[in-house]
Amino acid sequence: MAAEPDKPRATRDAYGDALLKLGEQHEDVVALDADLAGSTKSGKFGAAFPGRFFNVGVAEANMMNMSAGLAIGGKIPYASTFAVFAAGRAFDQVRQSIAQPKLPVRICASHGGVTVGEDGCSHQSVEDIGLMRMLPNMRVVVPADYNQAFAAVMESYGLPGPMYIRTGRLAVPPLYKRVPSGLGNGADILRPGSDISIFACGIMAAKALTAADELGKRDISAEVVNVSVIKPIDAETVLASLSRTGCAVTAEEHSIIGGLGDAVSRVAAEHIPVRIGRLGIRDVFGKSGHPDQLLEEFHLTAKHIVELAGLVLQSKGC
Amino acid sequence: MVAAAGSGHPGGSLSAADIIAALYFRVLRHKPGDPGWHGRDRFILSKGHGAPALYAALARSGYFPVSDLANLRKIDCHLQGHPDMHKTPGVEISSGSLGQGLSVSIGLALAMGLDGLPGHIFTLLGDGESQEGEVWEAAMAASHFKLQNLTAIIDVNGLQIDGFTKDVMNVEPLADKYAAFGWRSRAIDGHDMEEIINALEWGRTGPGPTAVIAKTVKGKGVSFMENNAGWHGKAPTKGEAALALAELGGEKVAGEEEPVGC
Repeated sequence: MAAEPDKPRATRDAYGDALLKLGEQHEDVVALDADLAGSTKSGKFGAAFPGRFFNVGVAEANMMNMSAGLAIGGKIPYASTFAVFAAGRAFDQVRQSIAQPKLPVRICASHGGVTVGEDGCSHQSVEDIGLMRMLPNMRVVVPADYNQAFAAVMESYGLPGPMYIRTGRLAVPPLYKRVPSGLGNGADILRPGSDISIFACGIMAAKALTAADELGKRDISAEVVNVSVIKPIDAETVLASLSRTGCAVTAEEHSIIGGLGDAVSRVAAEHIPVRIGRLGIRDVFGKSGHPDQLLEEFHLTAKHIVELAGLVLQSKGC
Repeated sequence: MVAAAGSGHPGGSLSAADIIAALYFRVLRHKPGDPGWHGRDRFILSKGHGAPALYAALARSGYFPVSDLANLRKIDCHLQGHPDMHKTPGVEISSGSLGQGLSVSIGLALAMGLDGLPGHIFTLLGDGESQEGEVWEAAMAASHFKLQNLTAIIDVNGLQIDGFTKDVMNVEPLADKYAAFGWRSRAIDGHDMEEIINALEWGRTGPGPTAVIAKTVKGKGVSFMENNAGWHGKAPTKGEAALALAELGGEKVAGEEEPVGC
């Protein structure tokens, strides 16, 4: 349900809860999963609405195309599996039968990024945002906490066209005190600032706030922007922030190629070419380990945001 | 049509032409003047490269002017190289990348089942296409979901781009494979109109899902194209097209007349 938790919760839990609510509200909502209903949390919908839930087994390609078929049959399908399979294994099915024909399929991919943890690189998707961003017509959403993820899923029902919503396995602290009415234009200024912009998505948004606290102790005013809609990116908010600060850091649990860093840099390069440092996975695959160890290993911490911000600020205006 | 386009897939269009003709002019319940009619049967062309045969049937049914056919694959024409549901009236789903249509059909069958719609779904696949693993994911799912409103037709022309299907990657025995996957299956002559119509109507009556394994001839009806993999994806010259049409009993080469705007 539309919980407003104080404790950390995983965005995938919000998917399961919001999907259930959508199912109660809308007869035309259907859901599919590929043998991961317990992990993606689509199983809650399945238990409540067995007639509208289709577990296809370990067959992601078939699931994506079945979703397309349900969509041309007038349904609003929510298809969930791990990000690595949704965007990677079934890429051509998403491209040919969902993105190209602009069908209202909601691909709800859980287990994005390295915080999948011990399962290792085969199950850690660090390229899914890039893959989905590349597809014309595809909206790409990366919520930052439970409440925002809940809002993203609720809002998705009424939006046109295909959509990729990335959720995570790891519990993350709350950023939004209550469920927002929607994602707006997809870029929320969590904290205003004047010296440097920090654009973050997903689990990195909370770390960006911590980093801004730390930078504040050094008399550096950091503006923190949570970018929940990676595509179409809210260029207006990005450029307004860059025009105030004149430099930026991006932070994402994804490759520095193809993701938020690319999206922000593209907008900047075309309009306000300023120095931008990118924090993310530096063109390598993940590995096994505890999520906290992996975040440290891949430099996805507040401390690393602070370090990179320092480097960027040193060369600001060069 | 393909000659006027200068590229396309004549071989696999001709092998499927009798099946598609049977569907559009005898079997399908549809209203060309109202492509979105809820009560309609649906045809899904999974082997999207057979688009010329589909376009001919759609045009002759009245979905769009026959004169459009001369502009196949031309810039500004709605007739894309492979079917596009948003450009061409009557196309139910965009296709082209092989192996996806049967899965799409399953989703559509489930949606129509939820809504209690009466229509039946007929999906045409190629035998070469059946080498795609997703086809068998779909074959498994269709019987698992006990779909009554789905008939798959396999256009077994025995050829694919690189040669004979049996040499490139044998897909037989298709009828036994579908039976093993829990389908009703029947093998027919894919150029015998009575057999085709009977098999498709048999599919409609269920219990499904039903697979119709149609033995066909690639390039059917054109002596120099028949059973020749070289005509999979090559357009005939205007002279070859004239010869072909003469053999098929056609009237004229589309595109020889002044093209009309699409």
